[in-house]
Amino acid sequence: MRHLLSAGDLSLAEATSILDVAEEMHTIQSRQIKKLPTLRGRTVINMFFEDSTRTRTSFEMAGKWMSADTINISTKGSSTSKGESLRDTMLTLDAMGTDCFVIRHGSSGAVAQAASWVRAHVVNAGDGTHEHPTQALLDAFAMRRHFGTVDESGTGGDEVFAGKRIAIVGDLLHSRVVRSNVLLQRTLGSSVTLVAPPTLLPTGVEQWGVGVTSDLDEVIEGADVVMMLRVQRERMHGGFFPTEREYTELYGLPPQRLARLKPGAAICHPGPMNRGLEISSEAADAANSLILEQVTAGVSVRMSVLYHLLGGSPE
Amino acid sequence: MRDLLISGARLADGSSGDLGVSGGRFVEPGDVRDAERIQAEGLLALPGLVDPHTHLREPGREDAETVATGTLAAARGGFTAVSAMANLDPVTDTAEAAEHLAALAARTGSTEVIVVGSVTKGLAGEQLSEMGLMHRSAAGVRMFSDDGRCVMDSLVMRRALTYAKTFGGVIAQHSQDSRLAGPGACCHESEISGRLGLPGWPAQAESAIIARDVQLAQLSGGRLHVCHVSTAEGVDVIRWAKRRGIAVSAEVTPHHLYLGTREVEGYDTTFKVNPPLRTDEHIEAVREALADGTIDMVGTDHAPHARQDKDHPFDIALPGMLGLEQVLGVVIEVMVDTGRLDWAGVVDRMSAAPARLTGSATQGRPIAVGEPANLVLVDPSARAVVDRDASASKSRNNPYHGRDLPDPVVATIWAGRITYRR
Repeated sequence: MRHLLSAGDLSLAEATSILDVAEEMHTIQSRQIKKLPTLRGRTVINMFFEDSTRTRTSFEMAGKWMSADTINISTKGSSTSKGESLRDTMLTLDAMGTDCFVIRHGSSGAVAQAASWVRAHVVNAGDGTHEHPTQALLDAFAMRRHFGTVDESGTGGDEVFAGKRIAIVGDLLHSRVVRSNVLLQRTLGSSVTLVAPPTLLPTGVEQWGVGVTSDLDEVIEGADVVMMLRVQRERMHGGFFPTEREYTELYGLPPQRLARLKPGAAICHPGPMNRGLEISSEAADAANSLILEQVTAGVSVRMSVLYHLLGGSPE
Repeated sequence: MRDLLISGARLADGSSGDLGVSGGRFVEPGDVRDAERIQAEGLLALPGLVDPHTHLREPGREDAETVATGTLAAARGGFTAVSAMANLDPVTDTAEAAEHLAALAARTGSTEVIVVGSVTKGLAGEQLSEMGLMHRSAAGVRMFSDDGRCVMDSLVMRRALTYAKTFGGVIAQHSQDSRLAGPGACCHESEISGRLGLPGWPAQAESAIIARDVQLAQLSGGRLHVCHVSTAEGVDVIRWAKRRGIAVSAEVTPHHLYLGTREVEGYDTTFKVNPPLRTDEHIEAVREALADGTIDMVGTDHAPHARQDKDHPFDIALPGMLGLEQVLGVVIEVMVDTGRLDWAGVVDRMSAAPARLTGSATQGRPIAVGEPANLVLVDPSARAVVDRDASASKSRNNPYHGRDLPDPVVATIWAGRITYRR
């Protein structure tokens, strides 16, 4: 694997390998001394052209626990064509001998463009409203552990996804999480249904090979996982839905809807949450909520991704 | 300027024979003296092509294109006239700016340059620019366009159409509803935009404005030209308007005839253009419309950009692509070789119709004794793989790079002078 740009680029074997290695990394997280020598002498630059706390910290920890030299660059990407071009920025840092770039950018496709210009490996840490493949991997990791517990079949193997029903609910139009999750879950073999008001459904979503509905109550009882997506505050003023109250009533997870989940069904949220809007505190803090497990999984999965890109013999 | 004797060329009507050129006009072959001979056996002689829609970037962005390089690229593409769009710096919104551009073109151009004035001052969409003074200036402006931006205000558009009537002016509209397709919109709204996470530009953002404008043309009695029609819906509205006798004409670009939305899947900003590349049903609709005359002409929308303006994320990079040098090859590929358009049709769509639109007396004329000697010699069977570095343009945002296309232009003659010869 040279880059991780899209969850759709991963074969079942590759995805499973990343999840399996992440499982090994997971055990390191519970140690008192969390350090592996694997990436000693390798340089990873976390380039965040867009604000992020959890993803950047998660990647930084992942790099550091594997002994890579990690450098964080937070730069407000120019929102016009006036400043330094993205290509020049990338070529400059690449010329310093960087081994891997972890890139978050507000523009869809910017990470793939960057990858086409540099020698270093590139990990997509979220590009615009396009993809966020490590989020999908950590979601799958948390789900697999959860299914393993529920099914009492252990945590190994990808067969646990077969026949599982995953509902992804919320602002799908602007979500990079949903695109990566659809691609990865399709590879893993689960059955995904997308739920959103019609104004927040991406054009052509009916061709994604997943179920699509605007009625959350239709799918809530059959779901093994309900993944609630964040509704960004600025979208609320974009006229995509009438009021917060109506959104919460129709597409949120208030207690009365929470009660209709089948036993053992998991609740996910990629964060940051708007408690009271798309998710109630009762749901976020429920026993079957995987939200903190997702965060923990983030570091393990990102360690595994860095290992898969950089861990082998130098190319 | 030496006389020319062009031997053996075939004309679009099928006839063939020798052509004499002297004093900038076609003359009887026997009336040339000390003529330079051009062997044109097996070649087709067409009237020089006329582009109703060109971005020359001078004054303002001479690093991307100049009148000299843009018109040289045009000559290589078979053109003897191009129309310089007004979105320059300064904007062509005064008689002085129009005359400056006309004088610059007279000094450095390899083709005639038809000056297009802006509709509104500074392209701001609010106050009408000095259309009357631009018309009366030495530049003789007849076409007005805020191209690059849509005249969104219905009342401003109505007034522009009405005002330009007094001197036979035409308003060329960039049809884009800026609410339905806002500044970030950069990909045809489709399964592809949804998958790539790129802001969508729906077909209806074009057709809604065309529908409004044809009715304003009817209301005002003014003349409307629709720039770069890219959608089946837009074509439908124009067809409806023409049936009603509304004074509307339309153009289609070579890239909307040839390239589809799929090109943007790799986020290559060479393929970012406004309006965006559309899907198959739209491509089919604009081809059909160009064949049946609903779309009157081809306009290149040749839009050179410096590399640094393209090396940005897709939603931020500047939109636009080159077209002058490849347009005839594209039209042969998708219209002539497929039997949709014969050579007389090509002459109409690429020379006569745009000359009528821009009110040019010297362009788009037949190849006949006494007429201005504007001519392109064409080898319809020649093909080549396009090399963007072989361009006369200063810019390299050529979407045809690496593609095997007809490479028909053998020589171009403008007002009796050879401006390009292979």
